[in-house]
Amino acid sequence: MSEVIHAGHQDSDHGSDHDHGPDKGLARWLFTTNHKDIGTLYLWFSFAMLFIGGIMALVIRTELFQPGLQFVDPAFFNQMTTNHGLIMVFGAIMPAFVGLANWLLPMQVGAPDMALPRMNNLSFWILPFAFGMMLSTLFMEGGGPNFGWTFYAPLSTTYAPDSVTFFIFAVHMMGASSIMGSINIIATILNMRAPGMTLMKMPLFVWTWLITAYLLIAVMPVLAGAVTMMLFDIHFGTSFFNAAGGGDPVMFQHIFWFFGHPEVYIMILPAFGIVSHIIPAFARKPLFGYDSMVYAVASIAFLSFIVWAHHMFTVGMPLAGQLFFMYSTMLIAIPTGVKVFNWTATMWQGSMSFETPMLFAIAFVVLFTIGGFSGLMLAITPADYQYHDTYFVVAHFHYVLVPGALFSIIAAVYFWFPKWTGKMYNETMGKAHFWLSFIGVNVTFFPQHFSGLAGMPRRIPDYALQFADFNMISSIGAFIFGFSQLVFLYVIIHGIRKGKPAKARAWEGARGLEWTLPSPAPYHSFTQPPHVPDAEVQG
Amino acid sequence: MKQKISFVGILLGLISAPLALADQLNMRRGVTDISGQVYDLHMTILWICIAMGVVVFGVMFWSIIHHRRSAGHEAAQFHGSTKLELTWTIVPTLILVAMAIPATQTLIAMYDTGGEDMTVEVRGYQWKWQYKYLDDDYNNTFGFFSTLATPQDEIRNQSNKGEHYLLEVDNALRIPTNRKVRFLITAEDVIHAWWVPDFGIKRDAIPGMLNELWTIVEEPGVYRGQCTELCGKDHGFMPVVVEVLEEAEFDAWYAQEMANESIRQEALSKTFTHEELMAQGEEVYGTFCASCHQPNGQGLPPVFPSLVGTTVVTGPRDEHIKLVIDGVNGSAMQAFGKQLDAAQLGAVVHYERHAWGNNAGDITQPRDVLELSGQ
Amino acid sequence: MANTESNPTEYYVPHNGWYPVVLAAGLAVMLTGTATFMNDVKANEPGSWTQILLGFAVVAVVLYYWFGKVILENTQGLVNDQLRRSYVWGMGWFIFSEVMFFAAFFGALFYTRTLSVAWLGGEGAKGFTGDYLWPAFNDVWPVVSNPDNVLFPGPEVSMAAPASAAGWVSYLPFYNTVILLLSSVTVHNAHTAIKNEDRFKLKAWLGVTVALGCIFLGLQVEEYVVAYNDMGLTLSSGIYGSTFFLLTGFHGFHVTLGTVILLVQLIRSFRGHFGPKDCFGFEAASWYWHFVDVVWVGLFIFVYVF
Ligand code: HEA
Ligand code: HEA
Ligand code: HEC
Ligand code: CUA
Ligand SMILES: [Cu+2]
Repeated sequence: MSEVIHAGHQDSDHGSDHDHGPDKGLARWLFTTNHKDIGTLYLWFSFAMLFIGGIMALVIRTELFQPGLQFVDPAFFNQMTTNHGLIMVFGAIMPAFVGLANWLLPMQVGAPDMALPRMNNLSFWILPFAFGMMLSTLFMEGGGPNFGWTFYAPLSTTYAPDSVTFFIFAVHMMGASSIMGSINIIATILNMRAPGMTLMKMPLFVWTWLITAYLLIAVMPVLAGAVTMMLFDIHFGTSFFNAAGGGDPVMFQHIFWFFGHPEVYIMILPAFGIVSHIIPAFARKPLFGYDSMVYAVASIAFLSFIVWAHHMFTVGMPLAGQLFFMYSTMLIAIPTGVKVFNWTATMWQGSMSFETPMLFAIAFVVLFTIGGFSGLMLAITPADYQYHDTYFVVAHFHYVLVPGALFSIIAAVYFWFPKWTGKMYNETMGKAHFWLSFIGVNVTFFPQHFSGLAGMPRRIPDYALQFADFNMISSIGAFIFGFSQLVFLYVIIHGIRKGKPAKARAWEGARGLEWTLPSPAPYHSFTQPPHVPDAEVQG
Repeated sequence: MKQKISFVGILLGLISAPLALADQLNMRRGVTDISGQVYDLHMTILWICIAMGVVVFGVMFWSIIHHRRSAGHEAAQFHGSTKLELTWTIVPTLILVAMAIPATQTLIAMYDTGGEDMTVEVRGYQWKWQYKYLDDDYNNTFGFFSTLATPQDEIRNQSNKGEHYLLEVDNALRIPTNRKVRFLITAEDVIHAWWVPDFGIKRDAIPGMLNELWTIVEEPGVYRGQCTELCGKDHGFMPVVVEVLEEAEFDAWYAQEMANESIRQEALSKTFTHEELMAQGEEVYGTFCASCHQPNGQGLPPVFPSLVGTTVVTGPRDEHIKLVIDGVNGSAMQAFGKQLDAAQLGAVVHYERHAWGNNAGDITQPRDVLELSGQ
Repeated sequence: MANTESNPTEYYVPHNGWYPVVLAAGLAVMLTGTATFMNDVKANEPGSWTQILLGFAVVAVVLYYWFGKVILENTQGLVNDQLRRSYVWGMGWFIFSEVMFFAAFFGALFYTRTLSVAWLGGEGAKGFTGDYLWPAFNDVWPVVSNPDNVLFPGPEVSMAAPASAAGWVSYLPFYNTVILLLSSVTVHNAHTAIKNEDRFKLKAWLGVTVALGCIFLGLQVEEYVVAYNDMGLTLSSGIYGSTFFLLTGFHGFHVTLGTVILLVQLIRSFRGHFGPKDCFGFEAASWYWHFVDVVWVGLFIFVYVF
């Protein structure tokens, strides 16, 4: 079986090369159909976006360092807040998870590549154009999007700067990219598994991504519908979000959050998957409660469709609606709790060691749970009246997003780095990166709970004097955290260039098909469907 | 053993330090029955979460300390227990039910509108609040705008910031103690949100839609909040200030305002001199127009145009008046005909035509405005 | 044709290609062009079509080559059963995403009809909105008189009131329903013809389907002309016009796409493509067509009948 993979050279546009290896130079990256190349593109792209979005966060934190207007004017501040949120969500976190999916899914299910490799390349290459389009709006007359990442009408329609039209098309493009990406992931998972890998033997990262992909396919089109209605309200005189013509601005929020709430779980379910690989590996003990982990993810995904209006408790819904959304939101704590408890039980009686991926994974569990607790507090409608649109909310979602989603991505990069590059990163530097990040993230976001409870609204460039201390601490933390990501960059580049060679099973406790491949993994992962040994199965 | 103790110590320290400073760090109890209920609810869930956290993190850190490979611990190989799984599904469910009950009760109490003693309409504008006192048939008796009073040089760090920096307004909303006040909340342009933390109430002000809220305050005093829904450039600069007066004091103030209202009506038919119009116009301009067109009339191009020497301010007077009355559709320039009375409109138009070197050479009286607005 | 005995251990990974990245660039050119055009028109300046058409041309050319390549690979027998299944899954979930896109507009229709219009008209849980802010507005659906009739002058009559519309046009939505339902049958017949290897019937039924699609579109254009010219029902005539035109308009857009896709299949069938076991392209087109059809039934019920 030397030719089990047809590399399409029969009618290739580039002559015939029989080695199946990558092309040379730029062409490799522009034209690639290889899941690893595309995964790499996604990951570097999202890293660049993290830096751009992070710099915007630093602009915010610099302005908020002290009361008074110092560095930017309020109009620009709003553009920073908006673009920071948009870039982090759509540019940093989501593409990073898709990048991980590209790298890992084929290896974990025992496939040579993704199911639809050319479309895979398209999904990626749409993104730089979409974000180029969105970032270019910052230089347009009237400025870029300034209406918050939630772009509530009519601030984002009748009262928006002209650049909103570009923003709308950029969102359409990102949506198309996500939908194609998810279709690809679903087809890969359902269709390309090695013989013997039944659904309930799939690694959890595969499971969580399968469910995430369904969420994406179900809600990205709804977001597309929402921005389309905006487009028509702005340019064609419709009145979807205008009461004067029989519409309702609040309808925008319903449609947005029908997308938006599942969206936040899109940013956390793959993280759950990652952590469910790392903790057992370093506890040297099988994952506790595999089945219930799968069911919990499925329940969270289901519930995510019926809780959206917890973002809208103050819009004045009828009482029955408020109660329904409060109860359904609270229910999410149960399956999420099951996950937290199962991770704890996996560590219990283990034989733990604390390499960098494990440190990030443990920090994930602890800090995500803190963010989950504040989420539960927000779910209590009467209390949410006091929390809503204050920094308490900002603290909540940064706890689930930064030491949540972002930490899980960082943990994944450290964990699979040897598999991707065939090299080991520098453990000391990795640990330094962890401790700096851990301190930075808490110093940044913990005080925000207090400023929120004291009454500081979000999305403001200037604040009353009683909030000054917390904001100063928070700004200092932000710079520590930002600086520590430079350390991350250093560790990665150093590892790629000077790292020591890694073993096939780089971590002795790691389980899964990907660890049966050599490090670095071959260009086409499994040229022949592998046999799935019981020892490599998680449950 | 030593390690364990120090760890527990740190954990307790971490939890209790913030609580010791609870006054600054926690939600305020507020001054109404509802805000008290909300505070209690907040504390209940906070404690539940802390307790949960102590248990979960306690177990986790215990095993981190004891079940380490470097401490020579061998890994057990169990990987499931239906009993445990059931426990940690059912127990949290019960806890959640226990949280939901008081939450539901408070929410129902909050929705108990009706039976009000007086009604105030609250209307959000970019970037100010308008309060209108309504009579029993929901007709406006009198009303006023409430705008940020903090001077620009404090915001721009050119002078020291006052105690109520950014939380002070020119005209505060005034309500009496011990009466049930109903608020009808809406907005003129984009969505705003009206929040008084000490009353425990917050509601979005949505253009074209109406929301209700109510409160009964027992303590006289000045209560401060802010707009909490992103509403554009000056979202951070539209505070909510409510002054709660003793009932008798409120009634006296109310009667006085009703009397002033008839004086205001008379002004509409008076004829003013250039100086009077400039003085009043400057005041109106400062309050309503300067945030966009800037005190020097230069605006902030390209979004907010300059008013110096443009075709509108040097062109026909009636066009200018109409533009200010009707606003410019689809832009931030609002229809000020709905916000200002004819005396104010006349004065501000006159001012614009003669300030900053503009010299239209005409005069704009309240009655000119009345004619154009068809009243 | 293709290697019928597909080997499960053999998988075709296509070689690198220029299509995706050029397609993405073409899309970006087209959409930035569209945005610029729209903003120019809004500012009452003449908009330019050049960039839009350029971008569209790039997209069209790439798609032509891309699909051509996929078809070629198929005829060369590079596609095994597994990849075929991936295509099926892919198309299925793509259609589901389209369903969710329409769900957003249907959601808007239900929300406004049952909630916001009622509230603005003084009914329901938030009826005080209408009583206080819009005392003159009455909530009847279709909304012919809006809360603010200066900003949004309502239509004179609604599409759901056949009696007032002129002659046969009043039954137009009904005709269109019949036409689309028929076309679902004809496309199914074409499929059966493939299975029976009856080339003539395949071409005939497919041809009829494409023709029905075109007739549907023609009638819809006629309907829009009547709406704009005789009924005053426009995009800007308030929420009724908004929901009406977005739902029917995006549906019409999908019918157009579907017709083009079917036309491609028709051309392919004239070139001798498709066999009983090898007709994914055709099947995908026909699923898409059935989907468009089902959406129409929903539209007919909720936009025209109720
Ligand atoms: C990754 C993203 C993510 C995740 C996972 C979550 C998780 C949760 N979120 Fe969060 N949320 C956001 C991202 C996220 N959120 C964002 C971005 C916003 C702001 C959007 C904006 O306005 O810009 C937001 C806002 C937001 C609000 C609106 C606040 C407001 O604007 O007023 C609410 C209200 O209910 C809420 C609730 C919750 C709940 C109940 C969970 C639950 O899933 C949490 C469940 C977890 C736990 C509870 C912890 C573990 C459980 C146990 C240990 C079990 C036992 C515990 C008990 C029974 C107490 N979130
Ligand atoms: C999804 C993920 C995500 C991530 C990772 C982050 C990361 C960060 N966020 Fe973000 N944030 C959001 C999502 C996210 N945020 C969302 C959705 C909103 C709401 C937006 C809205 O209201 O519409 C928001 C809003 C928001 C606010 C509130 C703004 C407001 O209401 O006005 C603040 C304020 O402190 C903030 C801060 C930060 C900081 C300091 C980080 C840090 O973690 C960032 C750290 C990263 C870097 C700093 C970059 C890397 C380093 C360099 C480039 C080197 C240069 C640095 C130095 C030399 C120090 N964020
Ligand atoms: C919220 C911002 C805002 C406020 C407050 C505001 N304006 Fe304007 N104004 C605008 C904008 C924006 C325009 C430009 C409208 C356009 O042409 O698109 C404008 C235009 C004008 C013009 C026409 C300028 C020209 O020559 O084209 C006049 C006159 C004017 N405003 C007067 C006033 C007066 C008087 C007030 C106060 C009573 C006021 N404005 C308050 C935003 C504002
Ligand atoms: Cu008004 Cu924010
Ligand atoms: Cu949510």
